[in-house]
Amino acid sequence: MADTLTGRTSEAPDAVPEFPMPRQSRCPFDPPPSLKDLQREGPLAKVRLWDGSESWLVTRYAEQRALLGDPRVSADTDRPGYPTKASPEAGEGKLSFIMMDDPEHARLRRMVTAPFAVKKVEALRPAVQRIVDGLIDDLLAGPAPVDLVDAFALPIPSLVICELLGVPYEEHDFFQEHTRTMVRTTATPEERGAASREVAGYLAGVVGKRIAEPRGDLLSSIAGRVTAGELTHQQATEMALLLLIAGHETTANMIALGTLALLQHPDQLALLRESDDPRLVASAVEELLRYLHITHLGRRRAVTEDIEIAGRLIKAGEGVIMVNEIGNRDPEAFADPDRLDITRDARRHVAFGFGVHQCLGQPLARMELQVVYGTLYKRIPTLKLAGDLRDVRFKTDAFIYGVHELPVSW
Amino acid sequence: MKVELEADKCVASGQCVLAAMDVFDQDDDGIAVLLDERPADENLDGVREAVAICPAAAIRLVDQ
Ligand code: SF4
Repeated sequence: MADTLTGRTSEAPDAVPEFPMPRQSRCPFDPPPSLKDLQREGPLAKVRLWDGSESWLVTRYAEQRALLGDPRVSADTDRPGYPTKASPEAGEGKLSFIMMDDPEHARLRRMVTAPFAVKKVEALRPAVQRIVDGLIDDLLAGPAPVDLVDAFALPIPSLVICELLGVPYEEHDFFQEHTRTMVRTTATPEERGAASREVAGYLAGVVGKRIAEPRGDLLSSIAGRVTAGELTHQQATEMALLLLIAGHETTANMIALGTLALLQHPDQLALLRESDDPRLVASAVEELLRYLHITHLGRRRAVTEDIEIAGRLIKAGEGVIMVNEIGNRDPEAFADPDRLDITRDARRHVAFGFGVHQCLGQPLARMELQVVYGTLYKRIPTLKLAGDLRDVRFKTDAFIYGVHELPVSW
Repeated sequence: MKVELEADKCVASGQCVLAAMDVFDQDDDGIAVLLDERPADENLDGVREAVAICPAAAIRLVDQ
């Protein structure tokens, strides 16, 4: 047993800890304490998953980066040993290139990289600023308390990704409801499958329309690949689904959970509110990405060839989970890692993953978060949580961590 | 010091552009482009940061 190396010889196989571990309700921003214990013991540990299978948990930053950048680990969910979060992974079928390896992964990914280049994203900043200002105007004109998730955090990325893809925003109730089901761990496989089929069916229709009548949006350019014979209609739909989901849940949760974290750290919030330096805003975004780590269930891979790392042998056919939320709290990588400090240089965090699968939308996510964090607290300086922190429902039941609602007033 | 970029490996994350705007740019598909092979000293810290954060290990800084 692997644990004999750490001296815990009494460890029987049934004592392998289960992953994910429960968080402690009194520190909603911190990873589960038992996860930190595992990290202290060493960079690798065996854990048991929902289906009884075992997988390696990679807890330290350096080993996480090394394995995420290693071509001997595969993102293909059909590979033996792949540690699935639930069955089936995300409804039916593969979520496009994030579940593929190179060269096919690179071929498909490169088809959609263009609009996410830093300068293209920068050109959208004024439009995002207008969206954010408009939503704040509405907040200030409306009643309080109000749910910040519903009235602010979710509409921003939703409007932006719909505009970029060319999906009519008027349909957002429909696909937001279904994408929520798709990322809810407590949904049954049937429910997730049905939700995914609904959205996929809808997107297949939009792709079909763009094949017939292209516009200047990203879906039209994906549709153009179908016309050119480089993608099937089904592959194009999966790609659209991936971009739509990835664009929604992640950024929305970073806005809401980030706001809650700042409200709980008034000194940090004051620094941000009182500064006009865009560099401080950018650094606050990186630090909150590091500190919160909303993709809390880790980056998962199947090992295709034996790998020796940290004095251990990970065998072909075994699964590895790079649990980034704890990698970002590794004291070897970040000094005093459990402290939220928006002035630190946190750019090396692994919140967007690492290696060839590192988040494609990260320049867009960064820009949206910079506009939000640089605007909301200045325009509503008295923003506060309405009610008690103990009543906030955290998304321990979702693949993406965050809050279900965030009641605020001012 | 000379910068080397393997554009084949690039996954268009844009991290290098954010770290050192004067040295890196992206082409129409988001793939990194080297603007300055031999960056001035004041840009070297940015390049080192780019080397450290490039997720695809596509950038190197060589001593020559
Ligand atoms: S940081 Fe690396 S992967 Fe990202 S754009 Fe630059 S060269 Fe490409």
